[in-house]
Amino acid sequence: MYDIKALYEAESAEHAVRLLIEHPEAQIIAGGSDVLVQMREGRRAGKELVSIYGIDALRGVSYEADGAIRIGSLTSFSHITRDPIIQKHINVLGEAVDMVGGPQIRNIGTIGGNTCNGVTSADSASTLHAWDAIVEILGPEGIRRIPIHDFYIKAGTVDLRPGELQTALIIPKAAYEGYYGHYIKYAMRNAMDIATTGCSVNVKLSPDKKIMEDVRIAYGVAGPVPMRAPQAEEAAKGKPAEETYVKAFAQAVLEDIRPRDSWRASKAFRQHIAVVLAERALRKSIELAGGEIHEQTV
Amino acid sequence: MSRQYKLVSCTINGKPVEKMVDVRASLTDMLRDDYRLTSVKKGCEVGECGACNVIINGECFNSCIYLAVWAQGKEILTLEGLAGPNGELSDIQQAFMDEAAVQCGFCSPGFIMSAVEILEEKRELSDEDIRKRMSGHLCRCTGYENIFRAVKKTMLKRLGKEKEAEAVTHCTLKV
Ligand code: FES
Ligand code: FES
Repeated sequence: MYDIKALYEAESAEHAVRLLIEHPEAQIIAGGSDVLVQMREGRRAGKELVSIYGIDALRGVSYEADGAIRIGSLTSFSHITRDPIIQKHINVLGEAVDMVGGPQIRNIGTIGGNTCNGVTSADSASTLHAWDAIVEILGPEGIRRIPIHDFYIKAGTVDLRPGELQTALIIPKAAYEGYYGHYIKYAMRNAMDIATTGCSVNVKLSPDKKIMEDVRIAYGVAGPVPMRAPQAEEAAKGKPAEETYVKAFAQAVLEDIRPRDSWRASKAFRQHIAVVLAERALRKSIELAGGEIHEQTV
Repeated sequence: MSRQYKLVSCTINGKPVEKMVDVRASLTDMLRDDYRLTSVKKGCEVGECGACNVIINGECFNSCIYLAVWAQGKEILTLEGLAGPNGELSDIQQAFMDEAAVQCGFCSPGFIMSAVEILEEKRELSDEDIRKRMSGHLCRCTGYENIFRAVKKTMLKRLGKEKEAEAVTHCTLKV
């Protein structure tokens, strides 16, 4: 038995909003792989819960009218990985969430839960940041949409106000069309581990595949919240897809990231890993985009 | 305070069932205590070890971190549901015995249910994929190789590849 004070099951997103208003102390439970574990550990013991797990309308991946990709917040990791829309346009997201926990966790874990915990080690976080995802939130005043960058406030805190729940993650068409990306998770073990550093990079090449028209990079666990590396992006944008620029891009991430010392890894080690991952992920992204990295001609 | 209960109707091992369930119960609690399905083990109870793994609507879930009330309307399969009408063991259970993939047996039901999920896909997985799909389980006894072999052999046999199945012998460990 879990130490649950009371459980309210929402039948729709609107119903969930009403329940959250009626029970202001209650916490939202989606798949529960974090909430229930924390409850078991005593950290959330004795709380009221609003379960949104039964709301099927919040599951699945689809296109919006303007071509944006809409991922319902309750879509499980394994369903994201297997989804044909994701595979076609943002395969890297499917690959990233395929590294969360183990197989059973990927069946219960939801992308919304993964982002609402505000943990930087979430495997989905860096890729969603790197693809300019928009977070859709439903609350008493209706729907609002904000960039995922603004959704993460600080470690463990996201921008969800009283009565609000996250209903979808949206990748605008302009944010995915023509982009190819790669995610690398660095952790001690392959299964059932959280990332020491996760790095997601994507690139849009010019039609002749020679110029990096746009490069985006985001890290989980490089700072208190998942973050982009704007200076590195600037350093690469518009540059030829060549060895020198790939390396310069990777070095530039050190101007952006603020890793910390922890028992998992030291700051110096994380910085080193961040540079190596940035370079590898960009190389792979360029390759996926159909480009070739040329050695600079001297 | 007064306890909160909910009527949960679902299908367990092919049989439609219905019971009042305490909303605080995990699916492990419900399956073990209300339905006496004790193949569902309580290992870590925090979703780490896979001992409580069952199949819900065709997908594997750790029932310890799944609320019993979520079972409403679902089809649940536990190890007990694998045996034939007269209690005959299924091929995957037999393979676990033949390959000595069972020692204390505490992890076995969970592993076997993950194997069933793979086998139901009726396709040949690479060694790497089998390992990945079985990676949500901990075994303190066998060292995993025997379990891997039992799954691979059964997969090949079901696909009619008897010869290949026999050829699966010892360590395929990659370093
Ligand atoms: S008992 Fe459920 S995963 Fe360990
Ligand atoms: S056989 Fe003992 S834990 Fe696996």
